[in-house]
Amino acid sequence: MAIFDVFLLEAVINGVLLGGVLALLSLGLNLIFGVIDVVWICYAELVMFGMYGMYFLYTVYHWPILLAAAASIAGVAVMGVLLHLLVIAPLLGSAPINQLLATGGVLFFLQSVATVLFGVEFRNLGLRLPVLKAAGMFVSYSRLLAFAVALVGMVAVYLFLQRTYVGAAIRAIAQDRQIMTLMGVDTRRIYVVTSALGGALAGLASCLLVLLYDVHPFVGLTFGPITFLICVLGGLGNFGGGFVAAFVFAEIISLGGLYLDLEWGYVFAFAFFIVMMFVRPEGLMARRS
Amino acid sequence: MSRYLPWLAGLALVLLPFVYRAPYPLHILIIILIWSFAYTSWSVMGRFGLVSLGHGGFMGVGAYTTALLWNFKAVSPWLGIPLAMAAAGLLAVVVAYPCFRFRITGHYFALVTLALSGIVLQVITATRDYTGGSLGYTPERYRGGSSLYAVQFGSKTTWYLVALAVWAVGLYVWHRVDRSMMRYALEAISEDEDAAAAAGVHVTAEKLKITVLSAMMTALAGALYCQYQMFVSPDTVSGIAISLQMVFAVVVGGIYVSLGPTVGAVITILLAEVLRISFGTRAVGWDNLVYGVLLVLFIVFLPKGILGSVLDLGRSRGLAPPPRVGAPAA
Amino acid sequence: MLELRSVHAGYGSFQALFDVSLEVRQGEAVGVIGPNGAGKTTLMRVISGLIRPTGGSITMESTDLIATPAHRIVGLGIAHVPESRRLFPRMSVEDNLKMGGFMGSARPKYHDRLDFVFDLFPRLRERRRQLAGTMSGGEQQMCAIGRALMSDPKLLLLDEPSAGLAPVIVEQVFDLVQRIRAGGLNVLIVEQNVQQVLRVVDRAYLLKAGSIRAAGPAATLLESASLREAYLGV
Repeated sequence: MAIFDVFLLEAVINGVLLGGVLALLSLGLNLIFGVIDVVWICYAELVMFGMYGMYFLYTVYHWPILLAAAASIAGVAVMGVLLHLLVIAPLLGSAPINQLLATGGVLFFLQSVATVLFGVEFRNLGLRLPVLKAAGMFVSYSRLLAFAVALVGMVAVYLFLQRTYVGAAIRAIAQDRQIMTLMGVDTRRIYVVTSALGGALAGLASCLLVLLYDVHPFVGLTFGPITFLICVLGGLGNFGGGFVAAFVFAEIISLGGLYLDLEWGYVFAFAFFIVMMFVRPEGLMARRS
Repeated sequence: MSRYLPWLAGLALVLLPFVYRAPYPLHILIIILIWSFAYTSWSVMGRFGLVSLGHGGFMGVGAYTTALLWNFKAVSPWLGIPLAMAAAGLLAVVVAYPCFRFRITGHYFALVTLALSGIVLQVITATRDYTGGSLGYTPERYRGGSSLYAVQFGSKTTWYLVALAVWAVGLYVWHRVDRSMMRYALEAISEDEDAAAAAGVHVTAEKLKITVLSAMMTALAGALYCQYQMFVSPDTVSGIAISLQMVFAVVVGGIYVSLGPTVGAVITILLAEVLRISFGTRAVGWDNLVYGVLLVLFIVFLPKGILGSVLDLGRSRGLAPPPRVGAPAA
Repeated sequence: MLELRSVHAGYGSFQALFDVSLEVRQGEAVGVIGPNGAGKTTLMRVISGLIRPTGGSITMESTDLIATPAHRIVGLGIAHVPESRRLFPRMSVEDNLKMGGFMGSARPKYHDRLDFVFDLFPRLRERRRQLAGTMSGGEQQMCAIGRALMSDPKLLLLDEPSAGLAPVIVEQVFDLVQRIRAGGLNVLIVEQNVQQVLRVVDRAYLLKAGSIRAAGPAATLLESASLREAYLGV
């Protein structure tokens, strides 16, 4: 019985650690939706590119890891801005279905570009970090690191939103878009800044995910749907809700993976989501739908 | 004269395989017909603003349920397909009911359905001991692959006629919905749910009905596809890519027109084939790349879809009937 | 200072303003009165750039407002307090005020302006951390005016400040406007409440169905027949 508990506890802890990274992912998506009112269906594919960036810069070209991370984050931030300027901005006035489809098209595009450029093989960062052993449990150092960095990232974003003028503008736009010009805010510029920030968060998440998982062109399909579910359960645009939902989902996935195959963890998470829709619909109440 | 045009065209389509027997073009036509039916099924609910990005999941349920019942329980597809359609309908209710009941619409609904198709794919992969996972699954051949009982036909001509018939049924269903009270109810709902409810429309029930119908039709498309190809894999019938493809094709072809999804299917499938052939073995993924770029460009520059835009042009020259009252702009 | 000449404006195919000309001179407080649907809010929006006029000219101290991008208009010294306040409900009072001072040239003066606003509205200082959406109507109005004042404007546009407020609060709001005015700020107020607005402004225009029907000093306008006719139709 004692062994059983240890595995359970280990899964719970790993769930918490995974939750940190998922929370970071959902923060980026929530930010974009809350401010610009668009969902980047291809968000996970941006992360995929960030992961490839880390792989090539660190593993192939032997850049120092921090430099590789900085470059990857900046690169994905630029991708976010380009996505906004080229695809989102022209469609801001049109029906939401068009915006969803356009980012869906970009999803295809990014997956194909990755396939063409990098091939379909799984690539691993090749960074072997130690595994900590405590009280009979194994906790990998990479997971701890990912969790810690994710927390730092979220705190940094929080401070940015609370303390700076641009951060205040970002919060304000989500609440009343039309009067922003009255305060001298150029909404288009705020959208670009938000896109860069959303991209940067995706980039940061990719640096952490690449420590934990192999990268291949379709890796986005693994955690994309979960990120969407987290955001919907927490309420699109609701940062606090997304934060909590991320940890809940991470626990379900971790525990599901403990007793069954990993895929079942995702299935349980979805089933849980459906049940939650019945039980606590307020958790899903949109500020806008 | 123009009244008889659709009938003449229909007759020509029926007679086609008897006149022109080259197998490859027939194969393409069959694929186009089956996917047109799938896309039409999507548009039955998509035209009312119920944008589902999860129909790949229903196709997957249709395909795999039929094949699994046949292989493991020797259930003939004549029974298996209705069961698969019922399963898809049930899945639709389970997911859509809470969404509609709690007013989850628009972006939220699209994301939930997107996750649905992703989860169906995960289930298929997780049950790989039964379904073969990502390697795919094959229904067992019965009597050499040509059997009415097993819904397996060796002749492409037969399949062509079957696909044509199902496609025609799909159009018929589309038109029946178009002329029904349900259509007005759903259009009212898509404009203003509260007002519709105040006018006595049972919002959740109507939305649920159309969703179940759409899901069941899509499952049929999936089952047919599996029976024709005698092979399914998770990414050919379910998953996000298929779901997105469906929506793209309908938007490209025109979402408010009955033949729009068909036009979309013709364009996207021919395009994919052309790209696949010209890029061939030289580079994997280039075909999808061009496909993706073209689709984004379509969305940005032709938001009404091809058929919709052509009809608009026709309208402005007095050649096409005016849009029906209440049809919202794309 | 502010000059509108023959301005036409509307929403799509619906025209709301016809050939409107008015001006606010240095040191003045001007009112625009009129019944519901006269186009008063449209007038405010056209000045602050929220909508573009279809004809005519608008200048502020000889700068063409129509040619100025909307988000730069506040930089020219025009601050608009929108109809129904339009505070950011889930941000604190202080954050709302901070947004008022977003403009580049206002940021160095932030703390001075904040003190100024808090001196003017001591109640806001008490509630600086409170979420704006949880305050009463009167407090929100004070916050909205304070937010506009953060950019140190030359001209304050007030859109229906009495809307949705209890009469006693309305009194307070207009007392406040008088105090602000006494401090040297120019004010353009559109209002339905004739009594209140005509006691704080020097001149007023009467707007009905999109055109100016009368203009003159506040006192005379109050008596005039055209006013009665505009509001009561007799």
